[in-house]
Amino acid sequence: MSAMANPFPEAPTTWSLPDRGKVAMTGLIIAESAIFTIFVVAYLFYVGKSLSGPTPSEVLETPIFYTICLLSSSLTIHRAAKSLARDRVGAFLGLWLLTIALGGLFLYGTAQEWHRMIYQHGLTISTNLFGTTYYSLVGLHGFHVTAGLVMLLVVAIFALAGRVRMQESRRVEVLALYWHFVDAVWVVVFTVVYVLGR
Amino acid sequence: MSSSAITIPGVQIEDKPWVDTLHEWVTTVDHKRLGVLYILYALLFLVVAGVEALIIRIQLMFPHNHLVSPQVFNRLFTMHGTTMVFFMGMPILFGFANYLVPLMIGARDMAFPRLNAFSFWLSALGGFLFYFSLVGANGLYGAGNAPDVGWWAYAPLTARAFSAGHSTDYWALALLVSGFGSIGTAINIIATILCMRCPGMKLSRMPLLAWLNLVMSGMVLISVSPLTAAQIMLVIDRYLGGHFFDTQAGGSAMLWMHFFWIFGHPEVYILIIPCFAFMSEIIPVFSRKPIFGYPVMVAATVCIGFVSMSVWAHHMFSVGMNSYANSFFTITTMAVGVPTGIKIFNWLGTMWGGRIQFKVPMLFSIGFLFQFLIAGLTGVMLGSAAFASQLTLSYFVVAHFHYTLVGGVVFGVFAAIYYWYPKITGRMLNETLGKWHFWLFVIGFHLTFDLMHIPGLLGMPRRIYTYEPGRGWDTLNLIISIGAFIQAIAILAFVANLIISYLKGAKAGNDPWDAWTLEWSISSPPPPYNFATVPTVASRRPLWDLKHPEDPDSRYE
Repeated sequence: MSAMANPFPEAPTTWSLPDRGKVAMTGLIIAESAIFTIFVVAYLFYVGKSLSGPTPSEVLETPIFYTICLLSSSLTIHRAAKSLARDRVGAFLGLWLLTIALGGLFLYGTAQEWHRMIYQHGLTISTNLFGTTYYSLVGLHGFHVTAGLVMLLVVAIFALAGRVRMQESRRVEVLALYWHFVDAVWVVVFTVVYVLGR
Repeated sequence: MSSSAITIPGVQIEDKPWVDTLHEWVTTVDHKRLGVLYILYALLFLVVAGVEALIIRIQLMFPHNHLVSPQVFNRLFTMHGTTMVFFMGMPILFGFANYLVPLMIGARDMAFPRLNAFSFWLSALGGFLFYFSLVGANGLYGAGNAPDVGWWAYAPLTARAFSAGHSTDYWALALLVSGFGSIGTAINIIATILCMRCPGMKLSRMPLLAWLNLVMSGMVLISVSPLTAAQIMLVIDRYLGGHFFDTQAGGSAMLWMHFFWIFGHPEVYILIIPCFAFMSEIIPVFSRKPIFGYPVMVAATVCIGFVSMSVWAHHMFSVGMNSYANSFFTITTMAVGVPTGIKIFNWLGTMWGGRIQFKVPMLFSIGFLFQFLIAGLTGVMLGSAAFASQLTLSYFVVAHFHYTLVGGVVFGVFAAIYYWYPKITGRMLNETLGKWHFWLFVIGFHLTFDLMHIPGLLGMPRRIYTYEPGRGWDTLNLIISIGAFIQAIAILAFVANLIISYLKGAKAGNDPWDAWTLEWSISSPPPPYNFATVPTVASRRPLWDLKHPEDPDSRYE
């Protein structure tokens, strides 16, 4: 071994590689997109094929307000990450908590919609094909929002304890990437369920 | 692998109690140990699923045979297929990727060591869940059953009405869990390759093994995820009363077929591309020539990756798609043969004019080349919708895909084990036993799978429980079964070789094959930290440059 202590040629002077956190999150997003694609295809394939009611046009109401909440949370998390990169920890914390609040509001909206559908219209996952595909697709997205909120909360707890500083901004950006993905998926789900599916 | 696996050259580590060693292995996050765990886990399932195959073959040896009941026969082929694909094929290839990729690109470890361990244990849990169905599927009454819906589990067989108990649930959950493990490992391999390369290791200088595993991992992300989604739907159907695949409520059995094969066909390329990677490392070393057409190899692999995503419905020619769909999938299936053919020519071009050394890894590689070619040719035959309509669901199909998976993947894996075993354990595998293994396996393989085409052409359906005498299948089936037992004897020779050589094999040294990639520059087995100093590279064959400073590759690239 000692004969091969440094057997290799000179290192190139510039050698930079992509950030592994971002690459891995991109990989995860690709995999998740494939999962969502399958659910979206199933939803579109079964539009109008339910043998019994209720149908989408009877029960669905477009959740404009909650959609605006979720989409604007993408903006707040982006601003939060930017603030952290510039070492403005206070602004970061405020925007971060605002993001969590907006995400939570969106989940509340979904919960309200589901409650209305189940108790007023009697639509459950086993009622008909619409129920099966609707609750699975929206539920899968809601699950991703929930998982994202848990991760955002973990960061918030550390931030409240004063442990999130500028050197953590790359990690925060990786998390922001995931949150943007969850928002982008909602654009697709919204289009499919509330626009095309009716 | 005792404490010798972590011996640092020149440093004597005192022997530890075995329980400490066990604890280290269970809690390890080291890519080399996880690689070995993957490989051992896969070899265990190779033996289990191999025994299932032998029982199937005894049952089919004679007409009107009743060794097992029809119900047990259904479970046997389901367990055999699922185990071989998910718990043998994928883990063993992930194991090699885990072990070799960081060493070949000069990295300390994978990009995410803890994710790596997590993914392995998820896959292991998947295998455990799958076989736990033997006792748990009827709810722990002691009288269990196993999944019996076939490895593709077509609807409506999987509906509650037709599959009582929990056997199908165990099947779905096992695949779901191991699917998450596969996605985790794939993300890890991609991040490792893109972000952990040593200085100078440009993408255009990367060993082909790393390149091909990068493509394979990308395919895992795109094609294992649909299976995950489909399993979630199946579980929703079975547990929450959903109707995704429930034809009584307007659901579609066809949709499951599409979702399954969107996964299922890229999956066979996920299995074969790492074996292409082994060939691309082994054939040049034993031909004493650099790989022929490196950029074309990379391009062909990426091309296979793309095209293989759009061929899935050639598994469904007989279910009644329209003629446009049939034509489309026929054409794409033919097209995927082109880049594959380019690869075969590249390996032949590498061997052409080389000083070929017929060591055991090379023997298995040459076997791979011939057999994979034939498998590809029957693949092109079956890829034609008109031909497939005649022979689909016959033993011809069984012969075709076993030709790719045994003649291709298993031969490739054996080549890789003979080639890298010295690096992993520090000992050479015995050459004589290795040749016995090779020749017995080749003879058994060809007896079984060459002849299996013929009963298929004569009309013998796949998954058939037994058959009547006098249809011209009797003698053929007998010889096919005898071939299976010759393969089993070869596997025994292989397992014996693994154990005997581990205890008594000749010391390997750093570089027993006079090879050119970075893993051979460090001791065998490699130290926990891999490289004492971060290597830098200036060409595709860094060790050639090192051994031949007067004529380095870097001058020509």
